[in-house]
Amino acid sequence: MAGNGGEPRKHTVSVLVENKFGVLSRVAGLFSARGYNIESLSVGETLDPSVSRMTIVVTGDEFVIEQVMKQLHKLIDVIKVNDLTDDSHVERELVLIRINAEPQHRAEIMRTADIFRARVIDVTPVSFVLEATGDEGKVEALIELLRPIGVQEVVRTGKIAITRGPKTRVKRAPTSRPRVSEDPRVVGFAD
Amino acid sequence: MKLPGARVVLECLKREGVDIVFGLPGGAVLPIYDALYDFEGLRHILVRQEAAAGHAAEGYARATGKVGVCLVTSGPACTNLVTALQDAMMDSIPIVAFTGQVPTHLIGNDAFQEADNVGITRSATKHNFLVKDGKDLGPIIREAFHIAVTGRPGPVHVDLPKDILVKETELIWPEKVTMRSYNPNYDGHPGQIKRAARAMLRARKPVLYVGGGVISADAHAELRELAELTQIPVTTTLMGLGAFPSAHPLSLEMLGMHGTYYANMAVHHSDVLVAVGARFDDRVTGKVDAFAPHAEIIHIDIDPSSISKNIKVDVPIVGDCRRVLRALIEAVRQEKEDAAAREGKQAWRAQIAEWKRDQPLRYEWSDDVIKPQYVIQEISNLTRGEAMIVTGVGQHQMWAAQYYKFTRPRAWFTSGGLGTMGYGLPTAMGVQAAHPDKQVINIDGDGSFQMNSQEMATCFTEHLPVKTVIINNAGHGMVRQWQRIIYKERYCAIDLPQIPDWVKLAEAYGCVGLRVTKPSEVVPAIEKMLSTPAPVILDVIVDKDECVFPMVPAGGANTDMILAPPTREVREQAARSQTGF
Repeated sequence: MAGNGGEPRKHTVSVLVENKFGVLSRVAGLFSARGYNIESLSVGETLDPSVSRMTIVVTGDEFVIEQVMKQLHKLIDVIKVNDLTDDSHVERELVLIRINAEPQHRAEIMRTADIFRARVIDVTPVSFVLEATGDEGKVEALIELLRPIGVQEVVRTGKIAITRGPKTRVKRAPTSRPRVSEDPRVVGFAD
Repeated sequence: MKLPGARVVLECLKREGVDIVFGLPGGAVLPIYDALYDFEGLRHILVRQEAAAGHAAEGYARATGKVGVCLVTSGPACTNLVTALQDAMMDSIPIVAFTGQVPTHLIGNDAFQEADNVGITRSATKHNFLVKDGKDLGPIIREAFHIAVTGRPGPVHVDLPKDILVKETELIWPEKVTMRSYNPNYDGHPGQIKRAARAMLRARKPVLYVGGGVISADAHAELRELAELTQIPVTTTLMGLGAFPSAHPLSLEMLGMHGTYYANMAVHHSDVLVAVGARFDDRVTGKVDAFAPHAEIIHIDIDPSSISKNIKVDVPIVGDCRRVLRALIEAVRQEKEDAAAREGKQAWRAQIAEWKRDQPLRYEWSDDVIKPQYVIQEISNLTRGEAMIVTGVGQHQMWAAQYYKFTRPRAWFTSGGLGTMGYGLPTAMGVQAAHPDKQVINIDGDGSFQMNSQEMATCFTEHLPVKTVIINNAGHGMVRQWQRIIYKERYCAIDLPQIPDWVKLAEAYGCVGLRVTKPSEVVPAIEKMLSTPAPVILDVIVDKDECVFPMVPAGGANTDMILAPPTREVREQAARSQTGF
C-alpha cells in the first residue's frame, strides 16, 4: 500500500526475541522477503539470558512501518515489538576509526578526539584507532572532521536504544538456560 | 523409560491424534520407517514424489479440520516438499512436515543428501524447528502441532537429524503448550464489533466479502445466520467457496478477476464492505485504488498483518471469525435498523437481482464440441453439489469455481494463493484418505494434471478411488487466454498436443481410463465414472478456444470486466491497461 502513508522517515524498532538459533535469520529474512530496508541492526542478550534484544533502524512511511511491526510480531520467536521513535528514549552507537597518524597530525587528532570524548585505544607509528560513542549525528560529525586527515577504516555497531520511562520487562523463562558466554564452544567474548 | 528418537516421534504423532501419514522414505528417515514397521495405529500412505505428500496432507487437513502430516527424507526430498509448504502457507492450511536430516555432526559438511532444510523452508512455513537434542522431540512436536492449527493456521516444518532418531531418549510430553511469544487473539474487540454492527445496519448497499478464514474457523453457520439476519448479500473468494451456499438467494458467488459480474459490481458500488477471513488479494481487488471506492471497510481477520496491508481498513477486528461473527450477530440484534436503511437495502437487493438477470454466468452451447463449462455443470448436477471437489490450476479451476454449485464447507480444495499446478491429484488423495466413503472428484487440466500424474500409482496401490476429470484443451489454456486477449494472439509455448494418451496411461497405472469427445457422451461418461469403485481418469476433449469470462485484466479495475470474447478494440484496451501481471 505504497504512496499514501506520508513521508518515509527513520524508525528505531526494539524487538525482544527468544534467544534461539535462527532468530536473526528469521528477522533478516522477513525484511528481505518483503522488500524493507534495514539501515542497521544490533543484537544482544538482555538481563534474562533466554531473551535477546534487537534494535533495528528501518526507513519507511507510516504504512510500511505498521506492516514491519505486524510482520515482526507475527514471527513465532518474537516476544515484543516496540517502535521507540516517538517515545522518550536515548540512543547510542559505537564507532571504531583507524586513522593516519603522521606526527604532524597527531595533535589535531587528539584535540578532535577530546572534543568528541573519543579515546585513542591503539597506537602504531603511523596510525591511531579511536573509539567513540554517541548518537548518529555525533558519530557522523566526528568521521567528517577526521576525514581530511585520512581515515583508513570505520567500523560502526549500529544503533542501540533504550526507553527513558518505565523499563520493558519480560517474564523469566521457567527454566534458566546457560548463558551463551559460558558455553565453552563460544570464543571471542570480550569479557 | 527410554526409547529411540524415531519411536518417540511416532508416539508423539499418536498422542496428537494423527491417524494417517503421507510420506516417502529415504536414508535420513530410515530409523522412523524402521520404527513404523511394527508400530500400530498409524496408516502410512506411500506417495511417488515428495510434493505429493505435502499436498495430500493439505487435502487431509482441509477436509477434516485436523493437522495433516507428511514425512520425507533429507536434501532433495525436502526441496521437493517446499512447493507444498509454500502452498499451505499462502492458503493457511495446517500441516506438520517432518524431514530427515544428516546426523548432527555432519550438518554443514555438504554431506550426502544434505540441504539446509530449515534455512530453505524458513520463509515457506509459519515456523520451523531443527531438533538438536532427543529430549526436545516431545516439546517441539507438541509446539509444532499447536502452532500449525492455532491463530492463522499454516505449515510447520520439523527437521530431524538421523542420530537424534537413533539415540535413546526420554519421551517428554508437556500437557499444555504455553509460549510467551505466541498468543493469538481470538476474541474481537467489543467496541469495534459494536461499530461494525452499527455500520452494517446503517448501510444502504452493504456486501459481505468472505474468504477461506470462515472455512478454517468453521464459521459458516454464523456467517449464514448473520447474512440472513441482516439480509446482506454474500460474495466469496476462491478460497471461501462453500462457506455460503452458491444457490442461496443472497449469494453473489465468487468475486475478483474471474468473479461474477454481479459480485464485482456489488462490491464496487457498496457503501459498507464487511471482509471476513479474507485478505484483499490482488486477484480479488484488481486495481486497489478502484476497489470498493465508496465503501467503509470492516475487516475481521485472525492475522493482524492482513489488516490494512493492501487496502486501508476503517473498522479492523482482530479475532477468530467464528467468535467475532457470533458477537456481531448479538450486537446486530441489540441495535435498531431505521426504515430508510431497510428500504435502502431492499433497493440494493433489487439492483443486484437486475445485475444477475442482465449478466449471468454464461457460455455458448455447441452440438459438436464439448464446452468445458457444460462438463462442470453436469458434474455439479449429477453430484447435487455434494461431492468433494479438488482442482488443479488454470482455466478448469476457474470454471469449476464458477459453475459448480457448492452446498457446504470443507468440500472445495484448490490452490488459491500460490496457484500450484499439479495440486489436484495428490490433494484429492489426501481428501479421499480422510473420507474413504465420499465421492472425491479432481477436476484438472491437461497441463496441470501432468505435473503430478505419477500419483495415479498411489491411488491404485492405496485404494484411493479418486475420480479425475481432465478438461483437455490440448494446451496451457489460461496462458493461451492471456496471449489471445492481452498479448495480441502471439501464442508462444502453450501447445500440448494429445500426448500422452490419458486413457492408456490410466490403464498403465492400474486405473480406469475413459474418453469423451462429443457433448452427448458427457453425462453417461460422468455417470459411469461416478459408479466405478476405482480410480478413474475421464479425459474430456473440450473446445480449446474457450476462455474464462468474466475476466478482469491484471491491474485493471474490477468494473472493467471483459464479459465475452473481445473485439479488437477491447483487446487493445486490455493491452494498454496491462499494468499488473
